[in-house]
Amino acid sequence: MTIGIVVFPGSNCDRDVHWATQGCLGMSTRFLWHESTDLNGLEAVVLPGGFSYGDYLRCGAIARFAPVLSSLLEFVNKGGKVLGICNGFQILTELGLLPGALTRNQELHFICDTVPLLISSQRTQWFKNYNQSKNIFLPIAHGEGRYQCSESILKKLQDEDSIALKYKNNPNGSINDIAAITNKSGNVLGMMPHPERAADKDIGGIDGIKILQALLSN
Amino acid sequence: MPNFKAKVQVSLRPSVLDPAGEAAKSAAIKLGVKGISKVRIGKAIDIEIEAPNKQDAIEQVEILSDRLLSNPVIENWSLQLDSAYSSNHD
Repeated sequence: MTIGIVVFPGSNCDRDVHWATQGCLGMSTRFLWHESTDLNGLEAVVLPGGFSYGDYLRCGAIARFAPVLSSLLEFVNKGGKVLGICNGFQILTELGLLPGALTRNQELHFICDTVPLLISSQRTQWFKNYNQSKNIFLPIAHGEGRYQCSESILKKLQDEDSIALKYKNNPNGSINDIAAITNKSGNVLGMMPHPERAADKDIGGIDGIKILQALLSN
Repeated sequence: MPNFKAKVQVSLRPSVLDPAGEAAKSAAIKLGVKGISKVRIGKAIDIEIEAPNKQDAIEQVEILSDRLLSNPVIENWSLQLDSAYSSNHD
């Protein structure tokens, strides 16, 4: 089976994901132009980080209307796996596949760092192979990564055990230290940290590998 | 068909922290402007739209405001629509 990586005008982590999944992990991977609608033969789709459509209007606001994403909704409903990283996470919230929104970091700074994270749920396949309650380290690089949602949505996320990752030292002011969430069925994961930048031992940690491996069932 | 001019004002919901507004507020104080207690930064979007009548124009811009121009999770919007003006299109 194959992984698809959507390429929007302004994506800049698409090749990083390709390097991690195909280059480092040997997983069959292909790019999907934002205007294509054919997701046949794909087991999982990645929405990579970057600045889709220049982040005009709001992060992810215009990407939400890309032709490829109308096919993605159908793909998700059939159980297809979707991983949204950084700008990809922003797009997933704009699209309504995940609740809440990502807003400007509390201190206004663009943050580029490697941060400790807590795996707060192992309910879904994405984190099954990690040690529970163990810290992992992943790079972050964002100006608008502050996760916000209403109290009732937060309660729903907690009740459904959908908060996947929490920051140990909340860098951006996200509610409840949230760094990653999943949907109820668990096939959609949105995360601000970049697992693809932690998949090659020659350039740092490899704590992101298991998340990427979960894109394919086997 | 008449043309209308709409101005959509998008602002963060009151409950959402506006870090840019806070930064502007502290700069305003440094500038020596007195009495500033609150700054909130939003955006204004000017739209020109052709529609059979005013009500129809409002409905179209409302759809746009709800679905594209604002994110209801974090933002509110308001709309001002000017009366029809003569079209320059031939």
